[in-house]
Amino acid sequence: MNDIPERFINEEGLRLDGRRVDELRPLKIEVGVLKRADGSCYLEFGNNKVIAAVYGPREIHPRHLQNAMETVVRYRYNMASFSVDERKRPGPDRRGVEVSKVSRESIEPVILKEYYPRSSVDIFVEVLQADAGTRTAGINAASVALADAGIPMKGLVSSCAVGKVDNTLVLDLMKEEDNYGQADMPLAMVTKDDIITLLQMDGDLSKDEFKKGIEMAISGCKEIYKIQKKALIDAYS
Amino acid sequence: MIDKEVVVPGDFLSDDPSKAGTGTYVEGGKVFALAYGILESRDRLRVISLGGKYVPLPGDDIIGNVVDFSLSSWKVDINSPYGADLHISEHPQRVDFGDMCRHIKIGESIITKVIRVDNEMRVDLTLKGYDLKILRGGRIIDFFHSKIPRLIGRSGSMINMIKEECKCAIFVGQNGRIWVNGEGDNMALAIKTIKKIEDEAHTSGLTAKIAQFLEDER
Repeated sequence: MNDIPERFINEEGLRLDGRRVDELRPLKIEVGVLKRADGSCYLEFGNNKVIAAVYGPREIHPRHLQNAMETVVRYRYNMASFSVDERKRPGPDRRGVEVSKVSRESIEPVILKEYYPRSSVDIFVEVLQADAGTRTAGINAASVALADAGIPMKGLVSSCAVGKVDNTLVLDLMKEEDNYGQADMPLAMVTKDDIITLLQMDGDLSKDEFKKGIEMAISGCKEIYKIQKKALIDAYS
Repeated sequence: MIDKEVVVPGDFLSDDPSKAGTGTYVEGGKVFALAYGILESRDRLRVISLGGKYVPLPGDDIIGNVVDFSLSSWKVDINSPYGADLHISEHPQRVDFGDMCRHIKIGESIITKVIRVDNEMRVDLTLKGYDLKILRGGRIIDFFHSKIPRLIGRSGSMINMIKEECKCAIFVGQNGRIWVNGEGDNMALAIKTIKKIEDEAHTSGLTAKIAQFLEDER
């Protein structure tokens, strides 16, 4: 269905969708879209569409998972069967379990878990439409939804990916670049403290490229943070 | 519309750690916001959260729903992540063994006081005390718990105004449940007013606005 493009970056330095190499896709965030959840967020990141819902702190079930000292954070990342070109078999799969785990670990460090012992905070992220970088979109949405739910947090978590196509580092890969590119490196960070909480890599990068890639991703995260913050503030005015 | 500053978690608030109040945390001698909410800066910096659940504190007067009972205590839902226990010895009357249903039935609501909260958030309640009782009649409405100070107003000015204007008995539970009892139309007006306060809690000059609202509705 998708032919491999001959070149990812044209003579003018623009990518397939007309972005520069260090440009993010347009990001749109809406806060409090679900009435039944304690906190929620709808997010569009380029062609990605995700919705995040947060429940809690609430009583944890099954009870044997409870921790007498702190709250238990649970994160479920799920792709809708219609989110990709070829219908995805619904339900949890190997990839989904992994993404849930790394996403949870990227968000957990900011939550003050000792405030609510014996309880759970449940985060649900549903990917409605996927176009590369859904885990980063999910983390951005989950972080805003957690704030909306009034969970005590040390800061917001922002996330974006950096990758390599045509031997050039590019920020925030889109689908073609992800599928046929040379590398993909998602990163999440607590923007306030410059702490990286998620770092994965697929493909090859040299040491210098890796260093430069991290810098690009960090500046991308900082831009995303501004949009997250603005969305939260605008929701109350 | 909004005349107070909205902050998000991690926002820098001050260089002076002695000003840190609720909803903030101190790191490296600096004060940051702990939650998404409205910043209040009088003598201390406080962040009034715009979300979140009620966490019981000893001494809180709350409204609970009795959901279950065991051999010696009633289990009470207090609109919080944690359930609470009302032991039979905390009932104002002597409750005989196996006779608990006669005193408080499952499904009934009570005005009760939190007496103990331990490290693991096990909560104990009492019915012994002034104004604590089993609720019969009236309606209970939900209200967002961190906006309750606005509903009560300075030294009770707001809530007393509603009580007078609507000729209703009103009890405000710290856990975000409000009991209203009165005659049909009066009760409807009181509930409408309370909902309005919840929607506009973050604006200033609220008492005057509500006084005007009550006058217009008459």
